[in-house]
Amino acid sequence: MSLNYDQAIEKYEPTLGLEVHVELNTKSKMFCGCATEFGAQPNTQTCPVCLGLPGALPVVNKKAIESSILIGLALNCSIAPFSRFARKNYFYPDMPKNFQTSQYDEPICVNGFLDVEIEADDGMKSFRIEIERVHMEEDTGKSLHVGGSTGRIHGAEYSLLDYNRAGIPLVEIVTKIVPNTGKYAPQVARAYVAALRDILRSLNVSDVKMEQGSLRCDVNLSLSKIGSGKLGTRSETKNVNSLRSVERAAAGEVIRQANRLEAGERIVQETRHFLEESGQTRPGRSKEQAEDYRYFPEPDLVPVAPDAKWIEELRKTLPEKPAARRKRLQTAWSVPDKEMAAMVNAELLDTVEETVKLGADPTKARSWWLGEVSRVANDRGVLPTELISVKDIAQVIALIASGELTDKLARQVVEGVIAGEGSPSDVISKRGLKVVSDDSALMKAIEDAIAAQPDTAERVRGGNIPAAGALIGAVMKATGGQADAAKVRELLLKHLGQ
Amino acid sequence: MSIRDNASVMAAALANKEISAVELANQHYEQIASVDKNVHAFLYLDKEGALAQAKEVDKKRAAGEKLSPLAGVPLALKDVMTQKGVPTTCGSKMLEGWRPPYDSTVVTKLKSAGIVILGKTNMDEFAMGSSTENSAFGPTHNPWDLTRIPGGSGGGSSASLAAYEAPLAIGTDTGGSIRQPAAVTGTVGVKPTYGGVSRYGLVAFSSSLDQAGPCARTVLDAALLHQVIAGFDPKDSTSINQAVPDVVAAAKKLDIKGMKIGVVKQLAGDGYQKGVESKFNEAVAELVKLGAEIIEVSCPNFEYALAAYYLIAPSECSSNLARFDSMRFGLRIGDDGVKGAEEVMNLTRQAGFGREVKRRIILGTYALSSGYYDAYYGSAQKVRTLIKRDFDAAFEKCDVLISPTAPTTAFKIGEKSNDPLAMYLNDIATIPVNMAGIGGMSLPCGLAEEDNLPVGFQIMSPAMKDDRMYLVGGALEAALLSKWGKPILDFAPKLAGSK
Ligand SMILES: [Zn+2]
Repeated sequence: MSLNYDQAIEKYEPTLGLEVHVELNTKSKMFCGCATEFGAQPNTQTCPVCLGLPGALPVVNKKAIESSILIGLALNCSIAPFSRFARKNYFYPDMPKNFQTSQYDEPICVNGFLDVEIEADDGMKSFRIEIERVHMEEDTGKSLHVGGSTGRIHGAEYSLLDYNRAGIPLVEIVTKIVPNTGKYAPQVARAYVAALRDILRSLNVSDVKMEQGSLRCDVNLSLSKIGSGKLGTRSETKNVNSLRSVERAAAGEVIRQANRLEAGERIVQETRHFLEESGQTRPGRSKEQAEDYRYFPEPDLVPVAPDAKWIEELRKTLPEKPAARRKRLQTAWSVPDKEMAAMVNAELLDTVEETVKLGADPTKARSWWLGEVSRVANDRGVLPTELISVKDIAQVIALIASGELTDKLARQVVEGVIAGEGSPSDVISKRGLKVVSDDSALMKAIEDAIAAQPDTAERVRGGNIPAAGALIGAVMKATGGQADAAKVRELLLKHLGQ
Repeated sequence: MSIRDNASVMAAALANKEISAVELANQHYEQIASVDKNVHAFLYLDKEGALAQAKEVDKKRAAGEKLSPLAGVPLALKDVMTQKGVPTTCGSKMLEGWRPPYDSTVVTKLKSAGIVILGKTNMDEFAMGSSTENSAFGPTHNPWDLTRIPGGSGGGSSASLAAYEAPLAIGTDTGGSIRQPAAVTGTVGVKPTYGGVSRYGLVAFSSSLDQAGPCARTVLDAALLHQVIAGFDPKDSTSINQAVPDVVAAAKKLDIKGMKIGVVKQLAGDGYQKGVESKFNEAVAELVKLGAEIIEVSCPNFEYALAAYYLIAPSECSSNLARFDSMRFGLRIGDDGVKGAEEVMNLTRQAGFGREVKRRIILGTYALSSGYYDAYYGSAQKVRTLIKRDFDAAFEKCDVLISPTAPTTAFKIGEKSNDPLAMYLNDIATIPVNMAGIGGMSLPCGLAEEDNLPVGFQIMSPAMKDDRMYLVGGALEAALLSKWGKPILDFAPKLAGSK
């Protein structure tokens, strides 16, 4: 009988640990001037330094240090006045020097925290995730193992190596152990990675594209029997590359480990790989014969000793924290929790805010972006902002507010803009969609309607206001529905002395 | 003018158009052709590149362009420095045939000064050794006695000077690889302050100790070359962003009256050849005559320098040499389409590295491994700090420190090749300088009476005060020259076929 998640969590308490690798978006690599653009032809973005050619020497990218300090400050860390790079020695063909230059026991930022919120059974619940360290390192190249069935080096016919990624600056953010999350462990893991991603995006230090690998998460998880007070042996699930997968990987490990423990087996300390299709993990390298990386201080680099004044200047440039900003906007726009969450999940907060900044009503802006535009975008698999600009949506909303467009016409205008017919004004004039608001044109139609239905007009004159409906209908018909019905009603009643 | 002249004399002859750079280069190639089959100082001659460079200098001079002082003077380059398109082997099978796609910073500076690079000189494999016997391409022979070693690791560079194959050479010094070869060949060699000359393009043996420097037949020539290659390089994070001390002016000054010169007590006595000590003492007497004040200083931690060095240097080398894995350049063994990458790496490293290199990689791998790190690498770093403090204390009392460069004169080829510890002892007096990152010079101070072979005199100066060793070295050299009546190399037996 195997345990499911709920049964597992009744008996065992999970402890999390999260390691997130972030590729910085610096223009050049960590230790050389090579470009970092994603998707270039293999081995075109290389030089003697990042190929590890004999005699070449590294020089630290100052921008990468700046980004790392910003990350540390945003995560409430202290910035080390003196930190160092070390060499992590191991042989692998995609590592040009056969050592990785990485910070080890002297990281640039230490002891921070990040608060995250999840939706618990009884409302929103907050967790504080403590950050142990933020350190800098360089990425490795990429191996493509050709032939064989697994895509792994063993069994492959041959391997292709691309060193474009070798030397791209990485920042690793490591949490302390995260205890007492109970059954919410998978949600907390996801919320942490999501919150971290938002912060990194707001700092503009990384593309944070999990699907391209610019943000990768290792999920460490162990179980302890409830009440035992003893930490269990952990597994490390490597390179999980979506928020959903982070949650699934954590839940999957809870189930797997609980079932092993139930069966009287022990948990092996090992790295595991997450399988997208099944939501399960498969074993990788066992850490029991731990590799000895022979770390020692990198003699080719001098210590990183950022000036205290510089750190304070950087602190002043920190943007508003995403969570605080969300709270502020939610209050300012009076958005209910659920709608706010929808907006955040759809990643449309910035877009809505920009639309509001152009004068649009927040509720209207939100409903246009999350409604009509998102629907078409989802159908086509593109981003809403790729369909229509913030400026165009703001203009459409303004035209509705001034009465120049009805909601129905506005939808046609947006449809026209999306179809590539030009700006909202272009679509309105090409399709002839303007609300008839010219009083004299309307008056002509009103007079025509009165002439056609003199009896009805007489009844309205006599005080039977509801009878005006027939006349308004006739005017609307005559203007092809482009007249504002309220305006028609106002003019008609006035004309008939009401 | 002849190839036996000093570089500064050649430079003057070139400036006065008494000789062209092309003629001068060709004269040296002729000398190499007649003597290098016996000396084996060179691993590669870049005749085409050198003559093109020489022609360029001659053209510029004819056009009346302002040239750098050493423009057109030939030079021999230790095969550990990269030169674009020219084979760079580091004396190893591992890199046989590798042509670097880039120039080291030193080579860039040499080229822009118009110095003509004749070729690449022999060395102990990856600069590990004190005799040049560890070269994968056969040993270099000492021009004073072809049955003897020319020192190492830069034996090729120093031998090329002593054999008049080149008036200038570049060496690199990790534990004495410039100074000890200079000592045993009767030439001058300088290890500048660590960070004084860029390491970019110097194939690393031990990154925190390696330093490139000038080799020449006189102190002034070394200073002229020092001036060309020194200076801050943004490509080397450990290079020092400060003005280069005026070493040329110092070498010319010849006045050391009132200078305080410290004799290091620990660098004498047991293990030092009698003739080495007596020539050293005679040179000290010359310094006294020149008006210097001699002070005995004690550096108690020097005793541990050799042991600490043989932990730090192998540790760094075990990591630096990891890149020689056949994947991107150099030798590849066993790539038959069946064997995996790991096996090919193993086979290549087994076949490509020589015994001494393997010995040091194993030593270093062990010293860095977890559980041993603190006891070995960690302790060695502490010793390093203590050695620095010994120097700091000594330099509070003295302007420079002196000692013999090497404990013995040149020994016989093969004599110590099966006794690594005896071999390591050659560097006992030179290693403290590298451990502290300060400057050190070796210049000849006479011939040992028991074997008539040259003895080296070491001058050590504080970090970025390299001018001081040139000042003392220049003055001592002048005093000794007038005492001997001719340069020391003129006492050497003439090589067969030599000019
Ligand atoms: Zn590069």
